[in-house]
Amino acid sequence: MSAVLPNTLPLDAVSAEFRRGAARRTLVLLVTLGLLLLGLLLDAATGPAMLPVGEVARAVFGYPTDSSVQAIVWSIRLPVALMALAVGAALGLSGAIMQTILNNPLASSYTLGISAGAGFGASLVIVLGLSLPVADNYAIAANAMLFAGVACAGVYWIGGARNASAEGLVLAGIALLFLFQALSSLLQMVASPESLQQVVFWLFGSLQKSTWPKLGVMLTVLVVCVPWLARDVWGLTALKLGDARAAALGVNVSALRIRSFVLISALTGVAVAFVGTIGFVGLVAPHLARMLIGEDQRGFLPASGLLGALLLSLASVASKTISPGAIFPIGIVTSLIGVPFFIWMVLHNRKSYW
Amino acid sequence: MNISLQSLSVRYGPRVVLHQIDLCAQPGRVLGIVGPNGSGKSTLVKAVAGQVKASGQLLFNGQAQWPTAIGYMPQDQLALAALSVLEVVLLGRLRQLRLKVQPDDLAAVRRLLQRLGIEDLAGRDVRQLSGGQRQMVFLAQALVAEPRVLLLDEPISALDICHQLEVLEVVRQTTRQQGLTTLLVLHDLNAAARFCDDVALLKDGQLLACGSPAQVLTVAHVANAFGVETEALRCLDGTGVLVPKRAIGATSKMENAIKNIAVCPM
Repeated sequence: MSAVLPNTLPLDAVSAEFRRGAARRTLVLLVTLGLLLLGLLLDAATGPAMLPVGEVARAVFGYPTDSSVQAIVWSIRLPVALMALAVGAALGLSGAIMQTILNNPLASSYTLGISAGAGFGASLVIVLGLSLPVADNYAIAANAMLFAGVACAGVYWIGGARNASAEGLVLAGIALLFLFQALSSLLQMVASPESLQQVVFWLFGSLQKSTWPKLGVMLTVLVVCVPWLARDVWGLTALKLGDARAAALGVNVSALRIRSFVLISALTGVAVAFVGTIGFVGLVAPHLARMLIGEDQRGFLPASGLLGALLLSLASVASKTISPGAIFPIGIVTSLIGVPFFIWMVLHNRKSYW
Repeated sequence: MNISLQSLSVRYGPRVVLHQIDLCAQPGRVLGIVGPNGSGKSTLVKAVAGQVKASGQLLFNGQAQWPTAIGYMPQDQLALAALSVLEVVLLGRLRQLRLKVQPDDLAAVRRLLQRLGIEDLAGRDVRQLSGGQRQMVFLAQALVAEPRVLLLDEPISALDICHQLEVLEVVRQTTRQQGLTTLLVLHDLNAAARFCDDVALLKDGQLLACGSPAQVLTVAHVANAFGVETEALRCLDGTGVLVPKRAIGATSKMENAIKNIAVCPM
């Protein structure tokens, strides 16, 4: 900022507000990053064998430590802990984009059928063996991604029949949520007991099958999507003022929505593909970000991603500590924590944050 | 920049909203668009802004290509975003904004907020502003990119008379000093007479009259377009005002309604 505004001049209201906004964004992002690191270490330390956080930190940062700790952390705990961060970030980001482009605080991949679409795609593989021609290990993931894309395209196509208004898209999303849930239930009716158990477990969400290669795919998608998103931050901020005003400012609203849906389908598809359906992270993280730094998307989007990562990391810790020795499905934990938290936000903040 | 509309028509489905409009707006002049509700004023401005599809010809300096430097302030003043006034006004320069805000962008916002006298609002959440303050902020947004064409759809509808005068004076001065071509939709005929160089009067999607305020805003034209009987008065400073007296054709209905209320048993 000092390059923009010389320090020697007295600050006018505009410059003061500019500095204040930038400082607030930086503070929130740095504090969240610090908490993320803490969450990562806690998550890696928690499990059937509880490890001292200090030892875990030494193992993570490459300092000499006990070889068994080193092995547990690097082979088992870190892929799961990092996957929690990456998936949380993807869900937080996609929820934030969705709430922005649909101008609706209840929008998220989970509430508008994108996750349900991915769940149906996964169920098709598990129950009927219908999948894309890919390696068996990735068949469920590929189908989940495909159907997340189908759900996104469906929302856009049905909702967009009348000029792609935000309201039309939300209604289309809700309709598709019910459709995919009904289709998944139909598959569960005809499923064998073994595949039914697998489907239900997958639909609850679980981080425990995370591996380094899967984490690599998840991170690659994030690394590709984030710069793409950075291009559109001002357009997305303008969209918060409504379609007409954004168009008046020179935003091609339809093209921006299509680009955003492609990103949402990639982020949600790959997240749901590897860990199953996880609710509330994509809904709550953007609300927290909005409360902390408003809706200038330069701060709102990264904050939503980081807060999503933090929430899922903490949920992962909780899933391993609620009942010692057992691991609760992460989707159940996020909902159990997320619902009261969301209700508190609604009651506490009334209408001021949406 | 000369803006020329030739046989411009707009349809919403089967309904013709604008029919064969021929109109010309010139640089350095404010063209007021007036007319009753539903006469097509906003649609005309939207068509010039490129927001609705129109048939016929719309030329900017003789070219059928929309210029990028259009400042457009739509009628809708709703703002539900958690954004500060500074962020909202910055968005007016969206075409040149980079991820990191440049000194030029910030300086332009500062100058404009100072000029409009709303600099102290810079840090306020736009949702917590009054309707009038919001209108000033969105006017700043339309002006901040230093446009060549300025399209304002009812920019003073929520302002008190003091701010109405301030805003209209800023619009007129900016138009003259910077050679803008300004289209200004107004409901207040006296404001149009005072602040516009030319006036276009619409009725039912058709252009009823176009010319100087004195030529267009006559008792006969107002009676024809609005169905209102007015009286033209001349003030001490020499300016003319139209004073509405009664709605033509509505008088007998009103009298009947009043009679019915009077005999209504308690």
